[in-house]
Amino acid sequence: MSRIIINRRRLLTVAGVAASTLPLVGCDALDEMLSSEATARGLMAKANSLTYRVQRFLIGADSLAKEYSASEIRQGQRPNGSTDPTDATYIALRDGAFAGYRLSVGGLVDRPLSLSLDELRNMPSRTQVTRHDCVEGWSCIAKWTGVPLAAVLDEARAKPEARYVVFRCFDTMDLGLSGEVAYYESIDMLDARHPQTILAYGLNGEPLPIANGAPLRVRIERQLGYKMAKYIRSIELASDLAPYGQGKGGFWEDLGYDWYAGI
Amino acid sequence: MATAIDKQKHDINLQRTTIRRHGLMTRITHWTWAVALFFLLLSGLQIFNAHPSLYIGEQSGFAFDNSVLSIRAVRGADGNAEGLTTLLGRPIDTTGLLGVSGPEDGRTYQAFPAWLTVPSYHDLATGRIVHFFFAWLFAAAFASWFVASLINGHLRCDILPTFSDIRGLPGSFVEHLRFRFHHGRSYNGLQKISYAIVLLVLFPLMILTGLTMSPGMNAAVPLLTEIFGGRQTARTIHFAVMLLLVGFFAIHIFMVFAAGPINEMRSMVTGRYRIDREAGEGGTER
Repeated sequence: MSRIIINRRRLLTVAGVAASTLPLVGCDALDEMLSSEATARGLMAKANSLTYRVQRFLIGADSLAKEYSASEIRQGQRPNGSTDPTDATYIALRDGAFAGYRLSVGGLVDRPLSLSLDELRNMPSRTQVTRHDCVEGWSCIAKWTGVPLAAVLDEARAKPEARYVVFRCFDTMDLGLSGEVAYYESIDMLDARHPQTILAYGLNGEPLPIANGAPLRVRIERQLGYKMAKYIRSIELASDLAPYGQGKGGFWEDLGYDWYAGI
Repeated sequence: MATAIDKQKHDINLQRTTIRRHGLMTRITHWTWAVALFFLLLSGLQIFNAHPSLYIGEQSGFAFDNSVLSIRAVRGADGNAEGLTTLLGRPIDTTGLLGVSGPEDGRTYQAFPAWLTVPSYHDLATGRIVHFFFAWLFAAAFASWFVASLINGHLRCDILPTFSDIRGLPGSFVEHLRFRFHHGRSYNGLQKISYAIVLLVLFPLMILTGLTMSPGMNAAVPLLTEIFGGRQTARTIHFAVMLLLVGFFAIHIFMVFAAGPINEMRSMVTGRYRIDREAGEGGTER
């Protein structure tokens, strides 16, 4: 008799354990409250502002991202996102080996600039071996050479009211039904003036390849890859991000990614 | 050696009383962790699905191989997609669960199936928002618990195993295997050791390996990647600790049901717990 009771108890135990794990499935019930306009999502996204503030407090303006030795470059830099822009303006420049390329620097500056690649290469340069961290989760170490963005901002004499640097790019991203939109990104002045923030024209000792953003891309070493715009067409200094795209500060940000990508 | 009659006498003498077992902070943090870990797990799997491979070292090997786990969909010999999981170089067919999942007419080609991710559809941006929100909640609960437990003695009295707890481990283990649970005020040796490992090793490890994946935190605390042997190793450890916590969760739930789910749940909700106590034995009702 007692044997039966124990068996029944054990059966109930196992059934209870199994039943208690049921909430694990059927999570599409949560999808609704996580859609782009949902309140719950907006509330949770506030945690990212907290992360931004705490990290800015902890990191300090000039602390450097880790730099590696050349021996740790074991592979080419893995390209991601658009790797071969098909925009007519870009193709024309590419076919002329970027000889006609000019970077325009405008917006809240006292002296708007239009710089050729040679002019950029003749400015002070910085070379750094750093780790690129993609938002997807992978990492890749490479050597980047370019002109510090701070030097370009000084040359253009950034106005004190400038709060952001906005990068406008040549590559058009396909958004399916909602059409096409040009890639753009933005960073604050703290990241813009960071010593490791460079406009890179060289990768692993060679001219920057097309797949990695030729002729010019930005490196922001304390943030994730999607902040580091490729195929830069122009730089604009701004006090507000609202006029750009959907106003969230970048192509991926408009699709729901965090503006601060230090995590 | 107790005889059957002795055992009967013992059972008659046994009195059942209710005591206050879990403090308010223990209960609040317990349920905060339960909710937070649920969402952290499912949003974490969503994030993992964006690049379903784990590596050792600072970087991911694309031109070389430092992968320890990868989950993907491949085209099989018969032309159908198969789920292929490679663990430490060993290929395992995981069609239906990992790599390829979902119904025959609506296959999903992603590492973890839709029913295990938040949100269920592929959306890395939303997965990250959910993950970082609950990461803050999880860490805040941990900090509160740790400080409170240091002050009120919970850590020293209830969590850290004593020498006699460790000596009694084999006995405690055998008792558990025989499904005999002693309902007392304090945790037994096995409980103490498993809670100490989860709370003092796995939880901090989870928070630190998570921070090691942040490029911002790498600049703030360069030591982080060195402690864990590189950002990608930290990501691998983060994943491995997740598996350990899932294992702990499964055993934890099983033990709740085996030891009496009503009593256990009541103690974790209201704090009140029914214990077995010998007649005439000391101890005050609190």
